[in-house]
Amino acid sequence: MTRLGRNAFGIALALTGVGAIAAGQEEESWIIQNARIHTLAEGAEPIESGSILIRDGRIVEIGADVTAPAGAAVIDAAGMDVYPGMMDSVSQLGLTEIGSISATVDTVELGEMNPHLRAATAIHPSSEHLPVARANGITHAVVAPGRLGGFGGGGAGISGQASIVHLDGWTVEEMDIDASAGMVLTWPTLSTRSFNLATFSMDRRSFREAKEEYDRQVAELGEVLDAARRYAAAGEAGARERDIRLAALGPVVGGEMPLLILAQGEREIRGAVEFTKEQGVKMILLGGSEAWKVKELLVEHGIPVILGPTQRLPGEEDEAYDQPFTTPGELHDAGVTVAFATFGSSNSRLLPYEAGHAVGYGLPQEAAIRAITVVPAQLFGLAEDFGTLEEGKVANLIVVNGDPLEIRTEVEHVFVNGVPVSLDNRHQSLYERYRSRPHPER
Amino acid sequence: MRHSKLFLAAALLGAPLAFSQDTVIRGGTVLTVTGGTLSPGEVLIRDGKIAEVGASVTVPEGAEVIDATGMFVMPGIVDAHSHIAAESINEGSVAVSSMTGTGDVVDPYDVNIYRELAGGVTTSNILHGSANPIGGLNVVIKHRWGADAAGLVLEGAPPGIKFALGENPKRSRGMPAGVERRYPATRMGVQDVIRQAFIEAEAYRQEFADYEAAKARGERALPPRRDMKLEPLVEVLEGTRLVHAHCYRQDEILQLLRVAEEFGVRIATLQHVLEGYKVANEIAAHGAGASTFSDWWAYKVEAYDAIPHNAALMTERGILVSINSDSAEEARHLNQEAAKTVKWGGMSEEEALKMITINPAIQLGIDGRVGSLEAGKDADLAIFDRHPLSTYAVNQMTFVDGELLFSREKDQAMREAMAAERTELEAKLSEGDGAERGPGRRGPREGVRR
Repeated sequence: MTRLGRNAFGIALALTGVGAIAAGQEEESWIIQNARIHTLAEGAEPIESGSILIRDGRIVEIGADVTAPAGAAVIDAAGMDVYPGMMDSVSQLGLTEIGSISATVDTVELGEMNPHLRAATAIHPSSEHLPVARANGITHAVVAPGRLGGFGGGGAGISGQASIVHLDGWTVEEMDIDASAGMVLTWPTLSTRSFNLATFSMDRRSFREAKEEYDRQVAELGEVLDAARRYAAAGEAGARERDIRLAALGPVVGGEMPLLILAQGEREIRGAVEFTKEQGVKMILLGGSEAWKVKELLVEHGIPVILGPTQRLPGEEDEAYDQPFTTPGELHDAGVTVAFATFGSSNSRLLPYEAGHAVGYGLPQEAAIRAITVVPAQLFGLAEDFGTLEEGKVANLIVVNGDPLEIRTEVEHVFVNGVPVSLDNRHQSLYERYRSRPHPER
Repeated sequence: MRHSKLFLAAALLGAPLAFSQDTVIRGGTVLTVTGGTLSPGEVLIRDGKIAEVGASVTVPEGAEVIDATGMFVMPGIVDAHSHIAAESINEGSVAVSSMTGTGDVVDPYDVNIYRELAGGVTTSNILHGSANPIGGLNVVIKHRWGADAAGLVLEGAPPGIKFALGENPKRSRGMPAGVERRYPATRMGVQDVIRQAFIEAEAYRQEFADYEAAKARGERALPPRRDMKLEPLVEVLEGTRLVHAHCYRQDEILQLLRVAEEFGVRIATLQHVLEGYKVANEIAAHGAGASTFSDWWAYKVEAYDAIPHNAALMTERGILVSINSDSAEEARHLNQEAAKTVKWGGMSEEEALKMITINPAIQLGIDGRVGSLEAGKDADLAIFDRHPLSTYAVNQMTFVDGELLFSREKDQAMREAMAAERTELEAKLSEGDGAERGPGRRGPREGVRR
């Protein structure tokens, strides 16, 4: 496997892989020329034929008229489109390798209150999933701990801090964008049915019982946040005893770090919104299968939604067959801020199609593109560096031969953190290897 | 109802409803799959069959004309691996469950029949699960939403049976402590179970042959006792029952092919066959078809070498390949899954479409009825608003046997009517007792089947 960083060897490999790149004298700068550039900058039209100059990890110049400096490696992107790199707003990339083998899975820690744990601690830079996602244009991702499948009982609580990483780097430190980007909270589910693993059947209980448990769980969450406030106040007053759990919640109660609340049902979403308003903390809703039922509430409180996946079954038998497909468009029309995520790892490469599927069902194409580029960057406070193609921004971008939301479109070049990365991956290598297997003698 | 009198008459006579109304679809691009693309093209539907396909067709007097301008007409999608519309899937208590079959437990009320219809699927192969080396019998259904269990069954489809290799039948995973493990527990054991079953089936067949021979000689002989486990396996030996074998890894694929060859059996389809690309030469030589997912991988060890180029690589080596869903969700966008073979492996658009239409139809032995737009075939078709390989394509209408069983427009009208009815009922409910009803007081939800 070829893993590239900022070294001449890696660049040389990248260059052999992409014929269009002419090797420069100093491999520290690249210029992409003759491309249709979708900057996605506010109010900007695409540049029909322009160039992007990249140096030291950043976009140095962009426009219709950029002079190629001597020594810059040239990528001729005639007939191609350039977009900002795609961002999977919630994934488990690097935390899991083979789903059924628990030794390879670091997604869920024991216990229900783990605000001090960080995804970045366990992201495996050599995971085969990263180059697979990257090859389809995913350049950076939020990696979130927890049981993100999240339906049904169990799993409620704070599973830890989500980390945002580049999908390339020699170490996780090199991949780092923001190791503490948000606090993942799986909202309690008010359910009268729960799956009993011991008996392999559904247990039932009364609504009152379920409600009491739900109320208790919500109250406990409130108590933890109260304790975090008291802890912060005590610290300011000079107390020296350390509690890393409460310390980790400091940025949440201080309003700097969003709670990423995984909630699917209408009742749970309402409960989470009410809770965060009472607590005065920032909330981003994750999942939100029934967010379409509470559009006005989300607009009223300015709560954005990271939806996903679009390609799922309706939650109820009497729900419209296409509700999961129309939800993104409905939310967008109502004025809710929407981003997409795969919530997965091996399937992170399908992010553009989760967004694209919603386009057929009412979400404007441009909004779909923004929902996997600009919007997530804004949601996580990264808009100064990510999400659009503008001078000074980090050069995470993709060169494609068409609309990236269309499956048949090919990703030709990917820049991560200002460097062209190899599009090779486990799948491509196996493909090439077995494609070259001799045919039987006829 | 267009012809309510006719409908009533048919009902009174107890006769099957005759499709007297001709339908012409015109103005759109017709993707026939086997006869090229007609743009524009027209299709004439009569008596549930495709009567004509061409640049222009006869427009009989009184025919309903559907304007498909700007749209794409394609054959109804055929899903070679599905588990919808069945009350149960796995009889996992025994290593050979060929005495069971999904055909006995068809559930015509499963809403997934309709949801998939909305995605353009008109035919599905409902397979037994993968808990045992030799599983139960399958049933091929048409998505005749509204029909009863018997009415869903595609009459005349060749019978089949599920086999399964690898991690699932050896049950190496997920057994709670204290649960006794069932043989086999290794891939060696899986092969053994299949070989032993074939040996038993040969002996059973011989018993009947001996009995028939004795009768022919005029001797008095008692017929052998029937064995419902072995009868389907005799049909497999005779080549009259198709084997659909769940498999992942290249070694297990080869082992199955060799055991089958030992008994003169040709495996009809290798299902999933995620490492099929590694032994494509051998699969092609054996003559098995391959039905795979588009791009799932890494969820278990035997899926770690799965690649999205699998379908293309196998096709290049001469294997007949289909893309299946194995999922009520995935089946809703098999057109997109087919598009992935264009992206990963460079299939042509026509080849990609074949993988969800004529190829699975051939694999299931029903290509005389479905899988392409040809005169004489069943009028099963879907009309998308864009090329079906586009991520943005939305299916607008699905016909099964010439009947419009899904229409996006009608669906939307129906949900408005249902919402209105619901509001009305809820109003009545609150008038009734004045009490606020929590979810705990609702009765059991009807129609929920797992």
